[in-house]
Amino acid sequence: MSWGTSVGGRPMGGVGPGSGPRTWRNPGTSWRDALRNGTDGGYGPVLAALVVLALVFQAANPNFLSADNLVNLSLQVSSIGVMALGMVLVLLVGQVDLSVGAVSGLAAAIVAVGAVHQGWPLAVALLVAVVAGAAIGAGYGWVFTRLGVPSFVLTLAGLLVCQGLQERVLGATGSITLPFDSSLVRFSQQTFLPAALAYGLVIAVLGVSVGLRLNERRRRVQAELPVEPLRPGLVRWAVIGAVVIGSTWYLNLNRGVGASFALFLTLVVGADVLLRRTRWGRSVRAVGSNVGSAHRAGFAVRRVYVATFTACAGLAALGGVLAAGRLAAANQGTGGSDTNLTVIAAAVIGGTSLFGGRGSAWSALLGALVIGSISSGLTLLNLDEAPRYIVTGMVLALAVTVDALGRRRASAAER
Amino acid sequence: MSDVTTPTAVVSLRGVSHSYGAVRALVDVDLDVQPHEVVAIVGDNGAGKSTLVSVLAGALVPDSGEVVVGGQEIQLTSPGLARHLGIATVFQDLALCEHLDVVENLFLGQEIRRGPFLDEVAMEREAWRLLGQLAVRLPSVRSSVSTLSGGQRQAVAVARALLGEPRVLVLDEPTASLGVTQTAEVLNLVERVRDQGYGVVVVSHNMTDVQAVADRVVVLRRGRLNGEFDADTASYEEIIAAITGAAPRPGEGRS
Repeated sequence: MSWGTSVGGRPMGGVGPGSGPRTWRNPGTSWRDALRNGTDGGYGPVLAALVVLALVFQAANPNFLSADNLVNLSLQVSSIGVMALGMVLVLLVGQVDLSVGAVSGLAAAIVAVGAVHQGWPLAVALLVAVVAGAAIGAGYGWVFTRLGVPSFVLTLAGLLVCQGLQERVLGATGSITLPFDSSLVRFSQQTFLPAALAYGLVIAVLGVSVGLRLNERRRRVQAELPVEPLRPGLVRWAVIGAVVIGSTWYLNLNRGVGASFALFLTLVVGADVLLRRTRWGRSVRAVGSNVGSAHRAGFAVRRVYVATFTACAGLAALGGVLAAGRLAAANQGTGGSDTNLTVIAAAVIGGTSLFGGRGSAWSALLGALVIGSISSGLTLLNLDEAPRYIVTGMVLALAVTVDALGRRRASAAER
Repeated sequence: MSDVTTPTAVVSLRGVSHSYGAVRALVDVDLDVQPHEVVAIVGDNGAGKSTLVSVLAGALVPDSGEVVVGGQEIQLTSPGLARHLGIATVFQDLALCEHLDVVENLFLGQEIRRGPFLDEVAMEREAWRLLGQLAVRLPSVRSSVSTLSGGQRQAVAVARALLGEPRVLVLDEPTASLGVTQTAEVLNLVERVRDQGYGVVVVSHNMTDVQAVADRVVVLRRGRLNGEFDADTASYEEIIAAITGAAPRPGEGRS
């Protein structure tokens, strides 16, 4: 037909649809692209924010970048970071859990009461706490998928319930101190990886990562697929390796890599592999991107929702247990006040979209580091909570703006 | 029209009727789809086009009538079964995930794995092969679908439908939301799919598109077949008349 000759010889996208109407919207690598990439796997903006924060706080107080303070920082971010990791999962499917703070507080209360008052073995108390959290999440998932209650309201209701339960579990005193020789407290406060083990783990993970990528590159060459040039990739990994090994070395100048921080990093790496390399991870991102399409593609959408809510609340509980260990106490304030928003802020600042479908496990680490740096830096300046709220709020607003811009750009391209 | 029936038809409908309550959406509809052919199904709004698509896709089991696939009479009770039997349907909304890239979308729900992990290399290789076969050129198979044009998205959806080696491709309003250039590309794509031997059913209410791409035009009106035309010889006016019911077609079959 006549159509055949007019465009047929010209492959799609080369000239016609792609570049034509999109050039004015998509002028190469603009700042908007850079912003968007921040929420799409690239970590440029959040890394830049970390550097700026470090420079500003170091200028204000020379102790900020000291090994001692950074070790403290790493211990502080573990709890928030573990919770943010769960939040990333729920945000990825396009939902939210507003009760993570309350769930963490409840878990802290369960561990404290179980271990101190009931005399349970710590492992049992810990297990009960985390399972209780996961069960709450599974409940959210069930109600959400079967009854269609919006997660926003559902988890808000859950927040109240969990706060009530937390007070009930804590009992009349409302505060329980964990003994300092408790292994949970020791784990969260005083256990550090031996330097050799830390280096060994870091080098092993780096080696495996690079090895897998080189292997994949080899397979791509064999399959005659386009490959990135070798050198920039190697340079990037050399930089990553230098930063990671350098950080390990720096932390080891002081106490070293804390056990709770190492646990957090392990969870991040595990979640990253799950999200990027498995069918389950693909189903999570598909559900967050377009539920209808995911359903028609054959994914068990309900199961994905239930799994992410369960994982989120379970990780929130684990985060609460870590917080209790670090503070050697559980009280009515544990997981209260700004914990929810801090956790959501960490996930979003790290680059996970509030609108679903975009984000990564690493955003939990990066976001938690930003939040932790602000908190730690302002504490070093002897400032109270007021400026911390203001600065964190502004950084969160900035991150959400970046997120919304990315989304608007995506929907503009759709039109 | 019964003489049109040939044993080579890949998919046939025989006397298919379906009602939604008192509304008779399809009444005694026959349809044959041959390999190497583009059949356009046209009709006004509410003529039964979407119902017909649902029946072919296995999303709807008709009240009566048969679906014959490869010479065998079969109840298409689920979309999965229809796909399994070689009827691939691209719905109007394409069912893509915007944040996922082209390869991820092509293999959505049927990922290739190596052990517990996804085999991105195998999937990407297959994606290039498939898109190359259809002469679809994209900036990158690793760019997310949200960055693609409407025509490119349609192409991705068609490529995904062809992934399971179907016999028939059903396209529901493939050009409805597209501009002129992109429409031309999709129509080209439809021709290439046909030239590879697939039977293609295009449901549309855009007569220009239909005349550009179809070999045969089947008109639905109020759920009934209201004429079947050879796209090369039938005039625009004739087909419009059959769609609107302005004048009965002498000579052409009215069922």
